[in-house]
Amino acid sequence: MKSFKIDWLILPLIGVACVLLTWTVSSATWAKDLPSPLKTWEASKPYIMEPFTKRGEMDQGILRFSWYSLVLVAQGYAIALIIGTPIGFFLGLSTTFTKTFDPIIQVLRPVSPLAWLPLGLVLFLGTGKDAGTYGALFTIAICSMWPTVLNTAVGVRAVPQDYLNVGKVLKLSRWKTLTKILIPATLPYMFTGFRLSLGIAWLVIVAAEMLTGRPGVGGFLWQEYNALIYEHIILSIITIGVIGFILDRLMSLVEARFKAIS
Amino acid sequence: MAFLELNNVSKSFGGQRVLSDINLSIEEGEFVAIVGYSGQGKTTLINLIAGLIKPDKGEVSLEGKVVTGPGPDRGLVFQNYSLLPWLTVQENIALAVDQVFPGWTAEQRLAHIDKYVAMVKLSHAKDRLPKQLSGGMRQRVSVARTLAINPRILLLDEPLGALDALTRGTLQDEIANIWQTERKTVVLITNSVDEALLLADRIIPLTIGPGATLGESIPVTLARPRDRKGVNHDPEFKRLRALVTNQLLAFNANRKVSLSRKLIRPDLLPEDLEAPRVNRPPRRPGEEKNEVVVTS
Ligand SMILES: Nc1ncnc2c1ncn2[C@@H]1O[C@H](COP(=O)(O)OP(=O)(O)OP(=O)(O)O)[C@@H](O)[C@H]1O
Ligand SMILES: [Mg+2]
Repeated sequence: MKSFKIDWLILPLIGVACVLLTWTVSSATWAKDLPSPLKTWEASKPYIMEPFTKRGEMDQGILRFSWYSLVLVAQGYAIALIIGTPIGFFLGLSTTFTKTFDPIIQVLRPVSPLAWLPLGLVLFLGTGKDAGTYGALFTIAICSMWPTVLNTAVGVRAVPQDYLNVGKVLKLSRWKTLTKILIPATLPYMFTGFRLSLGIAWLVIVAAEMLTGRPGVGGFLWQEYNALIYEHIILSIITIGVIGFILDRLMSLVEARFKAIS
Repeated sequence: MAFLELNNVSKSFGGQRVLSDINLSIEEGEFVAIVGYSGQGKTTLINLIAGLIKPDKGEVSLEGKVVTGPGPDRGLVFQNYSLLPWLTVQENIALAVDQVFPGWTAEQRLAHIDKYVAMVKLSHAKDRLPKQLSGGMRQRVSVARTLAINPRILLLDEPLGALDALTRGTLQDEIANIWQTERKTVVLITNSVDEALLLADRIIPLTIGPGATLGESIPVTLARPRDRKGVNHDPEFKRLRALVTNQLLAFNANRKVSLSRKLIRPDLLPEDLEAPRVNRPPRRPGEEKNEVVVTS
C-alpha cells in the first residue's frame, strides 16, 4: 500500500519539483525573458480561475480556447478516420492496391503539418469559404490519417486464416465477411491507429491555429507571443500537454477494451 | 457412385508433393476414420474435401456433384476450434445458423441453437466468450456449431487432438452418442488408433509423405455402442489395434530419411573445480545438434 502511494504520487511530485526548480533557476540566471513559475501563475490566474469566460475574441478563458481547438480537432480527426479506415482495409485486402498506393503513402506520410497548411489554404481560398477553417481541417485530416491507415492495413493482414475459413465454409457474403469477421478481428489494430491519429491531430491543431490565427489554444499562444506576454505561452503549453495526455489516456482505455476481447 | 468420392486427388505446396493419388469412397451414413502421423497431410486432405483448397489433379465429389468450393453442406470442425473470440458461445453458433437458415423466424433459430448447445452440455455457458471456456468446452462449441447447420457430411479434423486423455475419452463418448442419434456421414481425422477403433466403421491409414496416399481400409466390426473400458479386453479390438498400428509402423520403417531428432552433445569443456556445484541448468549454445537419422 505504502509503496503504491510512493509510485504514483510521491515520485511524480518529485519530478514536477525538479522541473520547477530548473525553470526557476533558469529564469533567474541565463534566461531573463523566461517568466518564473510564480509570475506565470499570477499572469495565468484569470484564465484558469474563469476558464470559460469570454472577454474578447482573443481574450477568453483557457478551457474555452481549448474547447474551440478540440471541436476543430474532432472534425479533422473524424474526416481522417472516415477516409483512413477504408484505405487501410483496401491496403490490407488487396496486394494490387498496396503496390499501387503504398509508395505514395510512404512519401506523403512524413510531410510536416507546416508544409500541408499553405496548400490547404490555397485549396479553399478560391471556394469563397472560410479558408482558414477548411485549410486547418484539411491539414489535420491528412496528417493524422496515416497511423489509422497503416495500423488498419496491418490488422487486416493479421486476421487469422482460420477465421476467414469459418466464413468460407458458411458461404458468408462479402459484406457479412467484412462486418462479422474482418472488422471485429481488426478492431484492436484499428484502435491503436485511432489513438496514434488522435495524438497527431492534437499536435497539428496548434500549428494550424498559429498560422491561421483562429481562436483556440494555439492561436492564443501565438498572439500572446506577439504581444510579449510570455507567461501565457507557458500556460498554453501546459494546457496543450495536459489535454493531449488526457486524450491519449481515454483512447488507451477504449483500446484496452477491444484488446481484451480478442 | 458413392456418397463422397475422391478420384486420384493430388496436392502440392510450392513444389513439395503432400498428397498423391488419393482415392476414397464413402457411403452415406458411414463413419470413416483416417489415421496418420503428424504433418503428413491430414488437414490438407480434409481441406480438399471441404473445398477450402483445390486439388492440383483429380476431383472430389459429394453426392455426384464435383466440389468446387467450400459450403455448409460439408460441416468442418477445425483442428484448432476456430471460434470467433469476440462472439459468445451462443453468438458463434448463431452466426452459422442465421446464415444457413435465413428463412426461419428468430424464435425458431434460438430454439435450434439452444438444442445444440444442450446437446454438447454447454447450456450453462452459452453467454461466455471462448476465452472463458476450457479447451474441451471450446471443442464442444465447435462441434455444436457445425452440427447446427445440419451438414450432409461431418468433417472432423483431429477434433480432440489438443485435449488431455480424460477429457478426450468423455468427448469420444459424446461424439459416439451424437453419431448414434444423428446418423450423419462422418470423416474423422485422428492420430489415435484407439479413438478410431472406438468411433469408426472403417479405418484408413494415411501413408507417410512426401506424396502421402491412403492405405488399405480396415473395417471395424465391433458391436456398438462400444464401451471404452470393456473393449480393451475384447480380442477383436486387440487384433484390430495391432493391425492398424503395425500398418502405421510399417510405413514409418519404409521411409528412407525418417526422423529428425534433437540430440544433446556431451559436455566436453574442462570442468572448473572452483565453480559452485549446482545442477547445470540451460545448455550451452552449440551443445544441441540436430541430426537426421537414416533408418532403412
Ligand atoms: N498452405 C500451405 N502452404 C504450404 N505448405 C503447406 C500448407 N498447408 C500444409 N502445408 C504442408 O503440408 C504438409 C502437411 O500439412 P498438414 O497440415 O496437412 O498436416 P497434418 O497431417 O494435418 O498435420 P497435423 O497432424 O500436425 O495437424 C506439411 O508439411 C505442411 O508444411
Ligand atoms: Mg492437421
